[in-house]
Parts: sequence; structure tokens; C-alpha cells
Amino acid sequence: MAPRWSSAIPGWVIAAAVVGAVFVLFPLAAMATRVDWPNFLSLVTSPSSVAALLLSLRTSLAATAACIVLGVPMALMLARTAFRGQRLVRALVLLPLVLPPVIGGIALLAAFGRRGLLGQTFDVLGVSIAFSTAAVVIAQTFVALPFLVLSLESSLRLTGTRYEAVASTLGATPTTVLRRITLPLIFPALLSGAVLSFARALGEFGATLTFAGSLQGVTRTLPLEIYLQRETDPDAAVALSLVLVLVAVLVVGLTLRTSAASSLVRRGTS
Amino acid sequence: MSLAIRARVAERGFEVSLEVAEGETLAILGPNGAGKSTLLDIVAGLLRPDAGRAEWAGTPLFDIGGPRPLWLPPHRRGISLLAQEPLLFPHLTALDNVAFGPRSAGHSREAARVTARGWLAEVEASDLEASRPGTLSGGQAQRVAVARALAADPRLLLLDEPLAALDAAVAPLLRRMLKRVLAGRTAILVTHEVLDALTLADRVVVLGDGAIVEQGPTREVLERPRHPFTAELAGLNLLVGTSSATGLVTPDGLAVTGAPIAPGVRAAAAIRPSAIAVHAVEPRADNVVRVRMSDLEPRGDSVRVRAGALNADVSPGRAAALDFVPGAVVYFAFPAGEVSIYPC
Repeated sequence: MAPRWSSAIPGWVIAAAVVGAVFVLFPLAAMATRVDWPNFLSLVTSPSSVAALLLSLRTSLAATAACIVLGVPMALMLARTAFRGQRLVRALVLLPLVLPPVIGGIALLAAFGRRGLLGQTFDVLGVSIAFSTAAVVIAQTFVALPFLVLSLESSLRLTGTRYEAVASTLGATPTTVLRRITLPLIFPALLSGAVLSFARALGEFGATLTFAGSLQGVTRTLPLEIYLQRETDPDAAVALSLVLVLVAVLVVGLTLRTSAASSLVRRGTS
Repeated sequence: MSLAIRARVAERGFEVSLEVAEGETLAILGPNGAGKSTLLDIVAGLLRPDAGRAEWAGTPLFDIGGPRPLWLPPHRRGISLLAQEPLLFPHLTALDNVAFGPRSAGHSREAARVTARGWLAEVEASDLEASRPGTLSGGQAQRVAVARALAADPRLLLLDEPLAALDAAVAPLLRRMLKRVLAGRTAILVTHEVLDALTLADRVVVLGDGAIVEQGPTREVLERPRHPFTAELAGLNLLVGTSSATGLVTPDGLAVTGAPIAPGVRAAAAIRPSAIAVHAVEPRADNVVRVRMSDLEPRGDSVRVRAGALNADVSPGRAAALDFVPGAVVYFAFPAGEVSIYPC
């Protein structure tokens, strides 16, 4: 639908907006010019690169799943209930968003590391988390969770509770209301929140390096691999960077399309 | 009595106690902010009152402030709510919207759809079953919403101004449909339309400022209002005073001539505004009241002349001839036969 009023935007605003867009796109384009195209394929298919890419995709998917499992209930608690200290809880939950990831990694070590608060408990159970693939997933979930919670919470508030109220008077239990009304209504936000989380997990570096280390095939994800390669083989680093950019573009493009399609379905064809 | 409820919400100044009999449609009349929707929300279980108790045929729905506190959640009350807006679930087809109640009651998808088709047919919306709510008109959506509320097989149906959001052209059709489906059903209908109450309800309760101001059989309450507020809703002039041998005398000393009742009791006189003629010079009539005009309000083919507590409806031509000036003195005249006097 076209906006009803088209307002005149001052010329200097347009100019500033163009500068902003160029500021974002220019470095990416510059990077593309530095790629050693003839050797691109061999650079990105070296065993260490492939291992890093697969590990990144695997752990990011797992982290996204963890974000959904934990984030949906958190968003529901924040949007649909009122309890003492709710504002404080929201602020703390969103903390990883503004925290330097390295600090997140140190905090995770303190909690789940071998000498951490829960580390000994896990040791007794025969599980060592730190410096394992599980640690990568934990670090990624830690930094990506707020993205999902934020996106879901605002969507829940926007949707309101009226459909849920009607559903409950039709005899639906709270679980049925959640499954058949709430979740379908916020599905576009769930999708875009999940993609944001996935993208954040895919790019995770600081917390992963601190908490999980850099073991090839175990904890060395693509960003870690790129950072490592930069020292020894800058061409490989640039090529891998481009791969990561392409994955990100692919993911963002895919969500925009699906969320546009699903919001069309929701609104009907009118 | 089937439903008995009393509830208090201090914050909204709401305190009401009422009963609804099985198979009866009760209309709740009142202006905005009178507490009509508050009442429905409490009965549906969407709003928790500060104190009160409700029971259905002896089984409590809630009991707050009693010795054994109880609060049944909405889904365990068997009470459906139909709001002013249809609120059809946007991600489900019309059929699946209607099937939602039966599905929630544990019926299989197929059985629920069979029930839903029956109800869509009942509201003459069978052709809409595959439609998404976004493609329906207001009247179509509200018909589907009625079917959805009824398909849940509620023991009590709550209707919150179900016709208010509809075009004047569609409302009569839907009103007729509601009359058909409400017959023999227990329902509470919130409205500010006297026509809805007269068409659909057996009994009315008039709410004002969070409390009941009057109640009784629909026709009786609306034809013989006892409260100024009800008279306003019913579009009648109401004079309250003491019955006399010739009619009624108000506390201000205004004597109204009409068919007398037993003298000396508190009584009300109701006069339709259209029965009152307006004159610039004092006419000869059974009743002549000297008033100061306060306001003229065009109402389609007539003009309402307001003068204090009394209103008269005159033709636009007559209103123009009156040469209206706020504060001008005119005479309201009406025959004794147009005055209805009754105890109150």
C-alpha cells in the first residue's frame, strides 16, 4: 500500500542518508576487490576452512534453536505478565546486547568453566563444557538471545491480548491459546528474531574465543578461522570473509521475503 | 435463576448485583463509561473484581472475598464473548475460526468442521467458509463471529454491542439473525441502542455510573421509564412528582394533566417529544408549559427543541418560523391524551 501522504524530505537529509549507505556498503565492496578471484575456490575449500564453515553453521543453528526454546517463554513473561522487578529483569536480560562479547566469555567461564561455579558440578557428571563445541553454542546463545527476546516482546505487545481473550472464552486452555493463536500471530516476528539471532551467532567471536577457545573442528568457527588466517594467509581471510558476507546476505534476503509473504497471508488479499 | 452475580471494582466505581434466568436474554443499557463492558469482562473471566461472587445454577464461577476464594479461568466457564469488533483470528479461515471452539473442546478436526459448517449455515455464511478474515466485510465478519461464539456451545453468551460497528444498512439483517439465534438462549447483551433491547431482550438492566438505576421487562422499562437516564435512552420526556386528581404535580409546582392514577403517590409522567407543539404565543391546550429554549438540534426530518428538562420535536419549517434565539421564551403545548402517568 502506498503511503497516503508523501512528505517532502529536505535535500540535506537525502545527502546524509546517501553518505550513510555508502559508509556501510563501501568497505564491503572494497573487500570484494581484494579477493584473489583465481584462487577463490581453493582458498575457501581448504580443509580448515570447510571445517570452520560447517562448525559455524552447525553451532549457529543449535544456538538459534536454544534461543527459540528459551527466548519465547522469556518474551511471553516480559510482554504478558506483570511482576515486581520486571523492568530490572528486562534490562539485565538485554545486557548481552550492549556488553563487550569478551566480557560475556569471561562471565561464562566463571559460571560453566572448569573452575567456574557450576563447572565442578558438571565435572562430577563427567561433562566438561569449556573448550568444547557445546561451549561455542552456549557463547553464541548468550549473545544472540536478546535479539530474539526483543523482537518477540515488541511483536507480542503490538498484537495485544484481544485475540487471546476471545480464544479463552471459546474454551481454549492457555496452552491451546499459545499454540493456536499467540505463536501463529507472532510467527513473522519469531522468524525475523530467529534470523537475527542466527546471524548474531554466526558472527560471534569474542565470547567464543574466550569461553570456547580455538580448536580446529571443535571450537574454531568461521570468524575465529578468519582472524587466524589473517596472520598467515590474508588472501584466505578475505575469501572467507566474503563467504560469511554472502551467507549473511542470503539469510537476510530470505527472511525479508518470507516475512513479507506471511504478513500478506495474515492480511488476506485486501 | 441461572446466573447470579455480584461484583465490585473499586477503581472504576463499579458495584452491581444481578441475575439472569435460563433461556432469557438480558439487555444492559447505559452510556459510555457506565460499566457495561466491565460487567461482561467480569462474567467472562477476563477481569477480576475486587470482591464479589458469581454462580451458575448453584455452581460458583468465582468467589472473591468469601471464605473459600475461587476464580474459574475463562476457558472453564462455558461463557462465550462476542465483541463489537468480530476479532476473527486473522491466520485462520472462516471455517477454522468457527471450528476453534469445538476443537478446543477436544473434538477431532473433522467433527469440529462439521459443527462449524452447521453454524455457518445458521448465520447464512456458508459461502464464506474458505475466506480469510481480511477479505470479509464488516457484516460478513460479524456473522462468522456469531457462528464462532455459538459453535463453542456456551451456556451463556455475552454480546458487547455486536451491531455498533456495522453500517446502518447491514445492522438490521444481523439484528434479525441475532433474534433468531438468541431465541431460547441465555444471553447478556450490552447495548446503547433501544432498538436492540426491544428486538432482542426479554428484560433490561439500566446501568449508570457503575450501578443499576432501574430494571424490568424491556417494554415496560422503556415505555414507562422511572429514571431520567432511561427516559433519555428511550427518547421520552420524563417528569417525576406526585400524582393528583387530574394528573401529576412536580416538586417545582408544574401541574400536568393526563389520565389520573390514585392520587398522592410518587409518580412519573412520560411524554413523547413529537407530541409536544412549540408556540411563540401562549396557546390554548390541556397542558401549556412556559419554557426558555436552550438549544436546537437538527435530527434528520425533525428538529429537537431543548428547553431545560423538556424536549420537543418539530418540523424544520416550524423551527425556522420560531426564529430561534437561545434563552427566548416559548410555550410547549401537549394534549392530556399524550401524557402517560404511572407510579414510580
